[in-house]
Amino acid sequence: MLTEPTSPPDVAVVTTPPTTSPLTPRAARWWSRWWDRRGLRIALLGVVVVVLAGLYLLTDVPGSLAYALKIRGLTLAAMLVVATAVGVSTVVFHTITQNRILTPSIMGFDAFYLLISTVIVFTAGATSFLRFDPLVLWGIQVAVMVAFSVVLFTWLFGGKRRSIHLMLLVGIVLGTLFRSFTEWMQRMLDPVAFQVLSDAGFASLTRPDRTLLALTAVLVALACAALIPLLPTLDVLTLGEPAAIGLGVSHRRTVMLLFTMVSVMVAASTALVGPILFFGLIVANLAYSYAGTFRHRFTVPTAALLAVICLLGGQLVLERVFAFTATLSTVIEFAGGMFFLTLVLRKGAR
Amino acid sequence: MITLHGATKRYGRTTVLDDVSVSFGGEGITALIGPNGAGKSTLLGLVGRLLHPDAGRVDVDGRDVRSTPSAQLAKTLAVLRQDNHIVARLTVQDIVELGRFPHSRGRLTVADREHIDRAIDYLSLDEYRHRFLDELSGGQRQRAFIAMVLAQDTKYVLLDEPLNNLDLRHMTEIMKLVRRMADELGRRVIVVLHDINFAATYADRIVALRDGRIVADAARDQIMRPDVLRAVYDTTVDVREIDGRPVALYYG
Repeated sequence: MLTEPTSPPDVAVVTTPPTTSPLTPRAARWWSRWWDRRGLRIALLGVVVVVLAGLYLLTDVPGSLAYALKIRGLTLAAMLVVATAVGVSTVVFHTITQNRILTPSIMGFDAFYLLISTVIVFTAGATSFLRFDPLVLWGIQVAVMVAFSVVLFTWLFGGKRRSIHLMLLVGIVLGTLFRSFTEWMQRMLDPVAFQVLSDAGFASLTRPDRTLLALTAVLVALACAALIPLLPTLDVLTLGEPAAIGLGVSHRRTVMLLFTMVSVMVAASTALVGPILFFGLIVANLAYSYAGTFRHRFTVPTAALLAVICLLGGQLVLERVFAFTATLSTVIEFAGGMFFLTLVLRKGAR
Repeated sequence: MITLHGATKRYGRTTVLDDVSVSFGGEGITALIGPNGAGKSTLLGLVGRLLHPDAGRVDVDGRDVRSTPSAQLAKTLAVLRQDNHIVARLTVQDIVELGRFPHSRGRLTVADREHIDRAIDYLSLDEYRHRFLDELSGGQRQRAFIAMVLAQDTKYVLLDEPLNNLDLRHMTEIMKLVRRMADELGRRVIVVLHDINFAATYADRIVALRDGRIVADAARDQIMRPDVLRAVYDTTVDVREIDGRPVALYYG
């Protein structure tokens, strides 16, 4: 056995303040000052996104770079749009419903999306589903999802007995109803039609339709632009409804407006790539701790950037490191589920 | 002045506030007292436009609360509710800044920052400025919320049971602060209180409610009488004079 040689007591060591980090005191101070500047923290995320995007586009190109850029550029754009929509909408949804463990999916977006697809396949057949003009299909999906969620939200949150618990319960019940209904219809489908539907059931970011991608990007950009002037109001909404009203926010109108933006973003991106909501929970909660403030002008962009990093990083790791062709959403669902459990358990313990 | 004209509020078949007409908000402190379920919080809710009356009207400085833009009213009237649970983690500085929202709309000017600093200073919260609310004691947290309504810089301040869950020392501390706010800063405070001795010590006027009606409304000496208190609370309350001040004894 070797014993650690004990160094003689050094007076100089005692006088210098102990630093827990491996950095020199000056570097540590510089680091902490830098870290305190929230804008820079967001900028750092931006840099990570750019680096990841560069890696994704430019490395491991099997043939023509131009061709790879064209194909990968589309996927990258889809990821940017969808991640932004999911990150932003989850943070806003958290604030307006005063909770941090639910995502807008509680309003039954994904279940409803699957139901719509199934009904179309069931009634019109798989071939016409595939031959369906994607633009029309997308339009129907978005319109129906937005209409449905806004009605549900108005009913349960705009009325007299607004209650997050009631909304949660109704959301779960309706989600189950839609899923069972979907399943029931799927049982009666022929195997080919069923296969077509199964593909629609998982989010797929690769090879998005160009027109739809552009349309979704426009919708998400519009919603984000409309959100910017509302960021300070969102801060006030953090205090809860009575306090927000006391501070002069027209609560019901503002919340309805915000929720409409959320549902447009979520519906558009779900209709583009499929159900992909769960990871909003991870990125939103990561954003709250990373941003270090409740201010929405920091948490909202942080959540969007973290969502991009999650999707892009996940795709990179899956594709390049593990050489998987499996869809990223399976991994996301799994990780999201684990994270949700941790959140619930930790909240319960406190 | 804040005036209720025959204000009525019902929940289902229960009438919580029954045709109440009253005017308050003069200089100093007005205390609202009454047993549980008397309609005190409902009355405050009507004035603070959290609830709408089923009949009647509420005016603040002659303007109907329902038709006045909410943002404008927020510059005249600040409300602090009992239950202030916040999901996010906010620091003292954060919530006091939010108290400025009616004036700043989220963009703090130099004047806004002065108001914020003064409010924090007034409630001796300087050393806790950057602490999160969940790291503070009940008394400190309540002070932070009062700093928030102070920064809102309104003529009227409505406090709904600000002494809830506080110990003796902090109750006294908060009431002294409220008194100072009224005397030094000229805020007109309307406060819901359960402990009538606090009301008798600090308020200028006491309005007593029972079963949704006003049963007494007078200066404190007229309220602090066994017969009046019995009528309000439906229980025997003895009132003794100690050091020239009426003190209610209701401990059994």
